[in-house]
Amino acid sequence: MIQRRHIVLLLSLLALTLVSFLISFSSGSASLGFGEVISQLFAPEPGLEQQILYELRIPRSIAAFVTGAMLAMSGVIMQVLLRNPLADPYILGISGGSAVAALSAILLGFSGLWISNAAFIGALLAIFIVFGLAQSGRNWTATRLLLTGVVMSAGWGAIINVLLTTSANNSVYSMLFWLMGDLSQSRAGIFNTAFLVIAFALLMYYARALNVLSRGDMQAAALGVNVSRLRLLLYLASSVLTACAVSIAGTIGFVGLVIPHMLRLLGARDHRFLIPSAFLLGGSFLMIADSFARTVIAPTQLPVGVVTAIIGVPVFLIILRHSSNRLRE
Amino acid sequence: MSNDLGKTAPLLETQSLSLSIAGRKICTELSLRVPAGQCLGILGQNGTGKTTLLHTLMNLRSPDSGDIILGDKPLKTWDPKSLAQQLGILFQNTHDIMPATVLETALIGRHPHLADWQWETKTDLALAQQALEEVGIAELANREIASLSGGERQRLAIATLLTQEPRLFLLDEPGNHLDIAFALRSLQLLRAHIERRQCALIMATHDINLAARYCEQILLLYGEGKFALGRCADVLTAQNLSRAYDCEIREFEIEKGRSVFFPA
Repeated sequence: MIQRRHIVLLLSLLALTLVSFLISFSSGSASLGFGEVISQLFAPEPGLEQQILYELRIPRSIAAFVTGAMLAMSGVIMQVLLRNPLADPYILGISGGSAVAALSAILLGFSGLWISNAAFIGALLAIFIVFGLAQSGRNWTATRLLLTGVVMSAGWGAIINVLLTTSANNSVYSMLFWLMGDLSQSRAGIFNTAFLVIAFALLMYYARALNVLSRGDMQAAALGVNVSRLRLLLYLASSVLTACAVSIAGTIGFVGLVIPHMLRLLGARDHRFLIPSAFLLGGSFLMIADSFARTVIAPTQLPVGVVTAIIGVPVFLIILRHSSNRLRE
Repeated sequence: MSNDLGKTAPLLETQSLSLSIAGRKICTELSLRVPAGQCLGILGQNGTGKTTLLHTLMNLRSPDSGDIILGDKPLKTWDPKSLAQQLGILFQNTHDIMPATVLETALIGRHPHLADWQWETKTDLALAQQALEEVGIAELANREIASLSGGERQRLAIATLLTQEPRLFLLDEPGNHLDIAFALRSLQLLRAHIERRQCALIMATHDINLAARYCEQILLLYGEGKFALGRCADVLTAQNLSRAYDCEIREFEIEKGRSVFFPA
């Protein structure tokens, strides 16, 4: 059912997204005003500023937006699938698997794209291991999957610690940045962007079924949803979204856990609104966080994963407090 | 109450249905017919398989052998969406973890009636609001489900089922969490609904007197695959019930043709 508050929320998020792109384009070591950004975007004579925009700022902003949107949507799905409000994109150990692979690549002296590819492959490997282990007979239950994932995460965590403690100092520095999530070298790439669009369309198609599924598997089956097929599809979509996100920017925390909750508290429970809202808010939130990351203590850049928590925690707590006051009234 | 069992075409029929769970038999060679406009009550001790039988009739699990026929074709051959337009179930327990309002929850019942990409229309909304009104929680429409009492949740589940508009209602312990008055009222409501729309109802319950009051037919499960099936007055006897519940149950006639049952 379309309600006015849904429309208002979506329009506000669209506006926020546009503003976030402008903030993201204008912040960096060479600071540009909003007006300058807009005039430089369309300037007929290519100058240094335009070059900075097109070659550095815009690709990085897009990478931030794509990663944030992926993590937030993946979080929405995981929370419904596991019917657990504490679920996030990394809960099944995808981040652990990708981290082990990425850190190994760093240890072996690879850089750039090789680290991304290693992270992606590691994430896929982690997904296969979890699904393989959690399978009992023909189907798996949410609890079994969750337990397997949490235990696998602990295992990956141990390997990560081994890698960190046995590596040389200079590679440990890159490893820590990767683990906290960092967008300084990131490019979204065609493959990731295309997958984001496909996943978004797929999730919108199943959005009403997701509403039914969030009331429980049995209820969904009784209302004509093909539950096992839908669950498998959603697990795959969520896992690949997460794998793409970590391959772009490392394991950025907080976005996938908190953006869905923020939006639910703001009244977007219907997945037909929650999914596009998560797409927009996840993307803009990460762009803003990244703008802070590169300006707060410039010229030193902070890993964006630190900033997501520093901004996100107070914002989330304010919304939580506000909404619980409203419920009590 | 009519005596036309088996004369009109049944809405649901089972033919030699055998069912077991974890090696325990629930029913063997069960053949029942539920005609339109009628109620069937399923009674039996805890763990005799009332819920499992309901879930089987809902196509949520498969029987060991035998056939279930819904309308004019076997249950297995219905596609899930059309099936959900025919069959609706009230589950014994609802677990609500994800937040939603009362109205949003009731509207979930329209899912099988909507096409891909289609949004709920004004008609769907009106149906949900009417259902909430019928169960007496219309004023809670915008409340969070997390803030509801157990009884209000049960009423909401009944309203969701009414919004679904199935032809066959399957109820698992409809009286759960409801006070005596509301348990009666909701059964009256459903009873009137199925008579008006020529739907049918099957309910599993512990409340012998509720079943005696509203059902034409009773299926009494004895355990180990044995059962008694027939018209209410024939099956609900002190002797049968005492056997089923392994506890002495007495019959008291409170007015002509109407008895109540209590443990001795």
